[in-house]
Amino acid sequence: MNKKLELVDLRKAYTPTVVPVKDISLSVGAGEFLTLLGPSGCGKSTILRLIAGLEQPSSGKVLLNGQDVSRLSPGDRNIAMVFQSYALYPHMTVYENIASGLKLRKTPSGEVQSRIHEVADFLGLHELMHRKPGQLSGGQRQRVAVARTLVRRPDVFLLDEPLSNLDALLREHVRAELKQLFGSQNTPVVYVTHDQTEAMTLSTRVAVLNNGYLQQLDTPERIYTEPANRFVAGFIGSPQMNFLQVKCEAGRAIVGNSRIPLPLGSNTKEIILGIRPEHVHVAQSSNEPALDGQVFLVENLGMHNLVSVRIVSGEEPITVRALLGMEHRLATNAPVRLAFPPDSINWFDVGTGDRVEATTPSMVRNG
Amino acid sequence: MVDYVRAQERRTGWLLTIPAIAVLALVFAYPILRAVWQSFFTINLGNQLSPAFTGLDNYARMAQDGRFWNTLWNTTIFTLATVSLELVLGMGIALVLNQSFRGRGIVRTIAILPWALPTALIALAWTWIFNDQYGVVNDILLRLGLIQTGINWLGNPTLAMISVIVADVWKTTPFISILLLAGLQSIPSDLYEAQAIDGASPWQSFRQVTLPLLLPQIVIALLFRLAQAFGIFDLISVMTGGGPGGGTETVSLYIYATVMRYLDFGYGAALVVVTFLLLVLVVAIASFFLNRSRKRASGAV
Repeated sequence: MNKKLELVDLRKAYTPTVVPVKDISLSVGAGEFLTLLGPSGCGKSTILRLIAGLEQPSSGKVLLNGQDVSRLSPGDRNIAMVFQSYALYPHMTVYENIASGLKLRKTPSGEVQSRIHEVADFLGLHELMHRKPGQLSGGQRQRVAVARTLVRRPDVFLLDEPLSNLDALLREHVRAELKQLFGSQNTPVVYVTHDQTEAMTLSTRVAVLNNGYLQQLDTPERIYTEPANRFVAGFIGSPQMNFLQVKCEAGRAIVGNSRIPLPLGSNTKEIILGIRPEHVHVAQSSNEPALDGQVFLVENLGMHNLVSVRIVSGEEPITVRALLGMEHRLATNAPVRLAFPPDSINWFDVGTGDRVEATTPSMVRNG
Repeated sequence: MVDYVRAQERRTGWLLTIPAIAVLALVFAYPILRAVWQSFFTINLGNQLSPAFTGLDNYARMAQDGRFWNTLWNTTIFTLATVSLELVLGMGIALVLNQSFRGRGIVRTIAILPWALPTALIALAWTWIFNDQYGVVNDILLRLGLIQTGINWLGNPTLAMISVIVADVWKTTPFISILLLAGLQSIPSDLYEAQAIDGASPWQSFRQVTLPLLLPQIVIALLFRLAQAFGIFDLISVMTGGGPGGGTETVSLYIYATVMRYLDFGYGAALVVVTFLLLVLVVAIASFFLNRSRKRASGAV
């Protein structure tokens, strides 16, 4: 992979105890769309600001096209950024806003005009050119902010939660626009968000961050199907994955009154079982291994019901949430048998929270 | 269709504004109209203060009055010099105070102190600072060897004007810097970050972001200061009393002398009317620009 942007052991410490970014290393190639995803305070915005040069790293390096730019000022890095607030100049027209970066870089005026024309064509901004940001809707402002970065033709695009100021309906629409827009060009994009849907839909790769540490860097599919640890598993996916801490015996996890085989080679006394609500289903036959439980809450999500089930077990009660089709007309307190397809189960270590995988090719995967 | 609720509310609204209108009429409209009326009379010691209607005589006299034109000239010089110096210095101080540094709170408090002190006291202090024998200014210049004998700052018309300008700038710059500081703090920091990413130098950012977005505050500061400086009285009255030889006499001082010393009430009223109209003109022009700059800064135009 051709590495356009590379972060090497990047660390930012404000004080010895306030360290928002802890030794992050990653790289972004041409045409890649990398999303930094995490809860607020995880350091994702700080990483973006370190790449932009708005903050200086305490240690580590930022490489752009193989060149160390860590000590360069933001203006010398040839990057472009869309801010969360868009940071449009309120006293300038749309045209002036888009042109400002080019003019600062002493681009010839003919070139400025042709580039702006091209971008305006692309984003449909021609009618807005002589308006000011105050006269634009949220979605239009967002497009102007994107246009301002596009005309710059930077080495990397940085986007800091660009959709968070839009209402839900518009956000979905603009998200699709962004995907088309950045998918059709080859400059790498680094995108910061706390919204997993944006991360999943837009990215070629996702970096999940928590507490300043990189948790997992992978394709959206693998982040979803094979989360590296309990944090990633819980952060990605809505409704959230079910986590059950269960006892083990002879390579099998004891869940209620059934036994589920553990990944081959693991031999612990306790383990965390993770399963997504959409993978839990109602047992088809009485001989399918399943858990008996009692419905105590049904939430109608339109397409599905989100059913909370209290599992009847010998010890403390366990609650499992399942996304079930509308054909299951379940009433509160109704008995139900839930099956966990072994294929869809994720196992996590009780102590570290890390994913537990089979040490040898799995034989459990037989559906 | 008649909106009864709205009409009712409007009636109540008018009712509630009546006290305010009455007060304004009493303390603004009446004195102003009274002054205009009085300016058509001759009321002075020459006619035992018994008003005699003389039409526009007072205004004709004013046109011929060299002392009036001199004071108008002095007032203009004083106003232009102090307001422009205060604006530049105030902007500099505001930009410094807008940066975050250790002890900024204390520095901000100190910076506004001169403005909080009573003008008469400050004027007295500056009178001593510029004193030809005991003044600090002369002492410093002498010790530096820049002058051989003490300068009589307040004894020379030009130097006296410079002295009162310096004193006023010292006292009033904090007012402007606090006003501008409030404006600076309302400019979002990400605009500067966007500029930095686009490769703008601090000076370019100042011109492209700070100045245009600060324009409303700048114009407000100008509006206040123009009106205040044009009517300057207390500081000069204490420092020089308008002297030497009328070198620092402003319109306000001249009006005061005309009315209170010469007891020439009719002519004094005419002076007040003309000064008032000039001030209204200046303020009207400034507010026009204020409205325009506000609209520009908010992007509503």
